[in-house]
Amino acid sequence: MSGIDDIILRHSHATRDSLIPILQEIQDEIGYLSEESIVAVGKLLNLPTSKIYGLATFYNQFWFQPKGKYHIQICQGTTCHMEGAFSLIDFFEKKFNLKVGQTTRNGEYSLEIVPCLGACSKSPVISINGILYGSITAENLEEILEEAART
Amino acid sequence: MEKIHGSDQILLHHVLSKTSDEQKHITEEKISMLRRQTVSKPIIYIGSTTSSHVAGSKKTLKAVEEYRQEMNVDLEIIEVGSIGLCSLEPIMDVQLPGRCRVSFQKVTGDVVATILDGVLNNFLPSEFALAQYRNPLHQPWFNVPFFDDLPFFKHQHRLLLENCGLINPESIEDYIAWGGYKAFANVISNYTHEEVCDAIDKSGLRGRGGGGFPTGKKWKETLSIAANQKYFICNADESDPGAFMERVLMESDPHLIIEGIAISSYAVGANKAIIYTRNRYALTVIRLEKAIQQAYDLGLLGFNIFDSGFNLDISIRKGPGAYVCGEETALIKSIEGKRGMPNYKPPFPSTKGLHGKPTVVNNVETIANVPHIINNGFEWFNTIGTKQSKGTKLFSVSGKVNRVCLLEVPFGTPLSKLVELAGGVPEGQKLKAVQIGGPSGECIIPEDLQTPIDFESFKNKGLAMGAGGVIVYDDTVCIIDMVKYFMNFIKHESCGKCIPCREGSQRMLDILTAISSRPANSDGHGSLERFKGVILLESMAEVMRDTSLCGLGQTASNPLISALKHFKNEFEEHIFERKCVAGVCRNLRIYYIDVEKCTGCAACAKRCPTNAIIGTPRSPYFVVEEKCIGCGICEEVCKFSSVFFK
Ligand SMILES: Cc1cc2nc3c(=O)[nH]c(=O)nc-3n(C[C@H](O)[C@H](O)[C@H](O)COP(=O)(O)O)c2cc1C
Ligand code: SF4
Ligand code: SF4
Ligand code: FES
Repeated sequence: MSGIDDIILRHSHATRDSLIPILQEIQDEIGYLSEESIVAVGKLLNLPTSKIYGLATFYNQFWFQPKGKYHIQICQGTTCHMEGAFSLIDFFEKKFNLKVGQTTRNGEYSLEIVPCLGACSKSPVISINGILYGSITAENLEEILEEAART
Repeated sequence: MEKIHGSDQILLHHVLSKTSDEQKHITEEKISMLRRQTVSKPIIYIGSTTSSHVAGSKKTLKAVEEYRQEMNVDLEIIEVGSIGLCSLEPIMDVQLPGRCRVSFQKVTGDVVATILDGVLNNFLPSEFALAQYRNPLHQPWFNVPFFDDLPFFKHQHRLLLENCGLINPESIEDYIAWGGYKAFANVISNYTHEEVCDAIDKSGLRGRGGGGFPTGKKWKETLSIAANQKYFICNADESDPGAFMERVLMESDPHLIIEGIAISSYAVGANKAIIYTRNRYALTVIRLEKAIQQAYDLGLLGFNIFDSGFNLDISIRKGPGAYVCGEETALIKSIEGKRGMPNYKPPFPSTKGLHGKPTVVNNVETIANVPHIINNGFEWFNTIGTKQSKGTKLFSVSGKVNRVCLLEVPFGTPLSKLVELAGGVPEGQKLKAVQIGGPSGECIIPEDLQTPIDFESFKNKGLAMGAGGVIVYDDTVCIIDMVKYFMNFIKHESCGKCIPCREGSQRMLDILTAISSRPANSDGHGSLERFKGVILLESMAEVMRDTSLCGLGQTASNPLISALKHFKNEFEEHIFERKCVAGVCRNLRIYYIDVEKCTGCAACAKRCPTNAIIGTPRSPYFVVEEKCIGCGICEEVCKFSSVFFK
């Protein structure tokens, strides 16, 4: 928990304004918003945890369970949609036997659908642990997963 | 300012137009060096933006570094932004001493050595050459076009994109060398707040965030209110699916935005400015943060800037992902640490905004115009564009085009030009429609593409300008699928405050889903029900438009209604014939079994969820059309490729 403690300490004079940035820092640090971290933020800002959950669930980017070792984001922007992003979703859901928004039981993979990743000329695009891969086809997908495993 | 020494001092004096006679020579030399007018060794420029990274520009960069090491050549490597030709990335430029800077396209790591071997020996590998930059001081390359002769650039008016792809976005010196921060220095030393607002008002600048509200009017409103604190917010939330202009602009020329914010904040008397951008725009955030830090270091931001008595702090907020937070009142709530739900207007943020204080919210592109207007005068700005829409507009063009790109054209340009500059639709396909303004915009059929781009013409035609995302459809695109895609987006992003928006988008999505899937046992009655659903769509759209609180709900049905108007046939085909000509709606597909190939293994029959496949083992199986829901499982499980669909 030391990472979170540091963040809380850094924001010891924070006000409500800093709630989102603090949650973002926590998520950057541990990958999701754990229960303890929400309680800690509640104490810091003098807010009920229900309020914090209410806020965090409103926004798309907060996670409430640990992400997988490989966090896969599938672009569902317009161009990627037109280039068949839905079949990528199918592919991953079947391959890892999990649904979007979940993490596999062994903690290896998690799946998220995201808006345009900013590389529309290379659609369809996915991101694995923040690294973007473009022009995905059924053929090069396995290769990309292997490459991601190496880095 | 006393703390700043040496070469920085020279730059600052240049910015302030206070270069002394003794400094004149050395200043000119420095500027010329920063502009790389004369270079003593080869310079390699590598386009480095989010999209070029995906294309492999990081590997290109590495390959150039390795080449330099291995061949032991003296080269300077500079990372630049994007010129807007995303499909041709990675782009690498080479500038040899005395020669024109020349650009190469699709330079992946593996071809770097070939290109450099050639060009460093004055031999141009023409298969990779894209174009060269005209410069009377430099010797041009033979047989390579000039950028300003390429149709893609010739028909643009690159004002905001001027520096993009040319300068190093992470260097304030580069920006200053090309005239940067002069407008801000001029304003803060010579203009009153009113005068700046006046100049922008007279320029006719209108908001680029979608609404087209006159920027000067908004500023004057905030300026006129007495308050102990005012805020300026740069809306960089760009989250319309299909729009990426602002991202490229911010990644390629972040200092332009910072200078624009500084001038705007001064104009309205705000000493705190906030850039609200998307958390996912990682590189954008990095470059903006760097730019802000560099501006502070030079004394262009902070306390008592240029001894003017004006203080300004700029900070960045990373939006945690909610489309509705692009709406200004929702955005403000998000900054306050609350759920980003829009509020009823009035009061407008310009009178009562962040923490209840007068707050101006402007779009990034709007702000990027400001330094140019100050530098060149409002009269000059008045000469660009049309009578009521002045200046230029950025567009990102994507979808079914040959060149996904970012471009800038003067208002008044016909829409068709955008498709043309993007290289048209892929060969063999036909242009079907153009969707402009993302999930709140209309689809426009080819016959209407002569409409000039400007706020008035659009209004007269009942179109929305939107932020500038243009999506091109060819005949492989199913209109119902796209409408459904946008409706799904709206349903997901509706903040839930208004019932018509929240429930309406869900119902509309249900209806669209119904007409794009095959019910397990459909009869004539089913078709009728689905048809009734479509009739309902129009009246639902009306209710949503009239009773939703914010633009999201009000405009949510635009894609649908415009599609219904222009592509009625396609809707009817989906409803009555259960056919998707483009072959996109998977759930309308009917599967067949090729009797020649089928071995009768029965694998498909066992898995079919509706028991639509019948037959006896070891002889060919058969699909009962009426029962098939088009799930495609049979095609997947068949080991003999004997299943196909129509
Ligand atoms: C649902 C919704 C989303 C919006 N998204 C954006 C956006 O991403 N960027 C933006 O600049 N304006 C967006 N706007 C418009 C803003 O509310 C606001 O009008 C704009 O930022 C004002 O700046 P301008 O006058 O410079 O255009 C959105 C509006 C609505 C209703
Ligand atoms: S129209 Fe939709 S998004 Fe806008 S305030 Fe109402 S529910 Fe929220
Ligand atoms: S696609 Fe194949 S498996 Fe699916 S319902 Fe039709 S026949 Fe059955
Ligand atoms: S739509 Fe996927 S990267 Fe833009």
